[in-house]
Amino acid sequence: MEKLLVVNNVSKTYGNYKALNNVSIEVEKGSIFGLLGPNGAGKTTLIRIINQITMPDTGSVILDGEPLQPHHIQYIGYLPEERGLYKTMKVGEQALYLAQLKGLSKQEAKERLKYWFDRLQIGDWWDKKIQELSKGMAQKIQFVVTVLHKPKLLIFDEPFSGFDPINANLIKDEILKLREDGATIIFSTHRMESVEEMCDHIALLHKSNKILDGRLVDIKRQYRNNMFEIGLITPNHAATSALLKERFEISPATFKSINDELQYKVKVPDSVSSNDFVSYLTSQGQLTHFVEVIPSASDIFIETIQKN
Amino acid sequence: MNHLPLIIKREYLTKVRNKSFIIMTFLSPFIFVGIFALVAYLSSINNDTIRKISVLDESGLFADEFNSTPHIQYKILNDFSLEEAKKEAETQEIYGLLYIPKTESLDSLSQGITFYSEDSPSLSLMGDINDILENKVNTMKLKEAGIDSETIKSLHINISANQETFKGKETSKLGSGLKLVFGGAAGYLLFMFIIIYGNMIMRSVIEEKTSRVIEVIISSVKPRLLLLGKIFGTTLAGITQFLVWVVLILVLMTVVTSIFGIDPAAASPSQQVLENSVDGGTQQIMHDIMLEINNLPIVNLIVMFILFFVGGYLLYASLYASVGAAVDSETDTQQFMMPILMPLILAVYVGFFTVIDNPHGTVSQIFSYIPFTSPVVMLMRIPFGVPIWQQIISVVILFATFGGMVWFAAKIYRVGILMYGKKPTYKEIYKWLKY
Repeated sequence: MEKLLVVNNVSKTYGNYKALNNVSIEVEKGSIFGLLGPNGAGKTTLIRIINQITMPDTGSVILDGEPLQPHHIQYIGYLPEERGLYKTMKVGEQALYLAQLKGLSKQEAKERLKYWFDRLQIGDWWDKKIQELSKGMAQKIQFVVTVLHKPKLLIFDEPFSGFDPINANLIKDEILKLREDGATIIFSTHRMESVEEMCDHIALLHKSNKILDGRLVDIKRQYRNNMFEIGLITPNHAATSALLKERFEISPATFKSINDELQYKVKVPDSVSSNDFVSYLTSQGQLTHFVEVIPSASDIFIETIQKN
Repeated sequence: MNHLPLIIKREYLTKVRNKSFIIMTFLSPFIFVGIFALVAYLSSINNDTIRKISVLDESGLFADEFNSTPHIQYKILNDFSLEEAKKEAETQEIYGLLYIPKTESLDSLSQGITFYSEDSPSLSLMGDINDILENKVNTMKLKEAGIDSETIKSLHINISANQETFKGKETSKLGSGLKLVFGGAAGYLLFMFIIIYGNMIMRSVIEEKTSRVIEVIISSVKPRLLLLGKIFGTTLAGITQFLVWVVLILVLMTVVTSIFGIDPAAASPSQQVLENSVDGGTQQIMHDIMLEINNLPIVNLIVMFILFFVGGYLLYASLYASVGAAVDSETDTQQFMMPILMPLILAVYVGFFTVIDNPHGTVSQIFSYIPFTSPVVMLMRIPFGVPIWQQIISVVILFATFGGMVWFAAKIYRVGILMYGKKPTYKEIYKWLKY
């Protein structure tokens, strides 16, 4: 796949504090890239470097095959985490102003704004001042302004904060649609379920270093550990439990069921194949539930951070 | 892509449409003219009241000296005792009673003279009365010494030295005063402009920080461009406000003076003094003023006024902007305001004390080269005649410093606008310069 954005060995130091240490990432065209990490890991610094708000001390950034240049800002749409709008300006005027700063002509900006305002059904806000809107409403305006100039690269820092679940879903669908239309998206968030749902690729930053990077599926494969969730109906629950405990690492599990059964998470040694494990279980009783436990993005996040 | 006009336009429109800005723009002239009219009105009332003063002269020396004026009526009392006179003054709404006791010699006269009144009398009134008494006593003493008053009059000569420069230009005291007015007005105007609109720029930077819009903006434009746009936009708004003020004040003044028939001169007591001291009346003064204005280096003054005004204002405006970028809220600005205000106040002090005293002294010269004080000090010196080359050097230094200051301010600005939450120290700001 072609790369839209390549960050090569970027380092950035503020005084004595190293905010980024030799970080490299590659973002494929048309993908959704999750930039993850605990607070203070360096995500915002990296995003600001891509936006040319700050310059890296060493390393380079390449956008669509060219080293980053001032005119590239019109190809990037950025929704910062610390966001806001001019409170006393009217919605329409403000959107036009910000769009023009991104290089759109006034006429073009007007047409596109009309399209987006109709689409999100916020047309009658045009003459309202931002301070008259709720936080969620203002966020919608901000989202529109971010994507208005049809940037090749969209950077969203915590895009769902401040939205109710309905609007969060709406924005999520819009983001997915933008990807379909050809945009590439970098996505920074702490909400792991949205990472799970949306990201093709993730990179994990921790204490200024990149500690994990790859396609989400590959990472999950790498982090699987032969763990299965089972349900088993046996004549004697206590005896079977003791037997299982002897042979495997087990921990209690709970899932919805209509049966009265043993529910366990079982870690199977690598030497035992899943087929062998199933036949062992069926020999003990009636197997009602058998699922491989796939590590969630959240599990991977926590595990990796704790390891480092 | 050049976004500067776009930014300037936004900054300008936001300022100009701001409600409190509009109110201040249109209300201030009314307040100003209102206060002026009030002062003029009050002083005219003051002049209209007639004060009655009783004089009880037991010495019999001053009977002819107290002539009533439009504002003061003297009433000479005869055959009253002091007690009776006091009582009468109290009951008959008489402002005061002047009591001159009987004396043997002129020397002891001064001891017993007393002025009785309800409240403390006004200083000017007491001055008038004392003058009358003193004149009379002096004349009498001279007579005693054998010199008659005609001789004294013929001996007295008024001297007023003519002033002329080496190049033969006539100057006068009036001219010096006029130069002071020109220089002082220019310097003071700049001072006010910097304080009012510098603060406005600072607030506008802080607003962008607190509303968190800043990061969106600087992902689209360079901070330096935003900084420049802000300074220019706010300056234009300031000039608009100033023009509205000037026009409105002129119109209102004309209206007020014609409707109420107030003589603007009535508000300034010095006018009267001036009239009395110069023979030939108002026409002569007007002529002199025109002559002196013609003598001033008008073109030089206007060109330099514009250059120093713009340069000085921009220099301080960029300082204000960087203070705004460094802090989170207006309450945090205090510690950084001091170093801005100090040179400004120093400039005004040097201007109003040193320059007036000696326009071309060493102190005045030095301060008219230092860029933080030169706009005010040099503007005040120019009417007194400063060689062109000195002015040019000073302007060049000023604009070079402005260039450097924008670089410096942009650095603080670039880092500061993204710093939230804590008040930076000077040490931290120094570090930002190296990021």
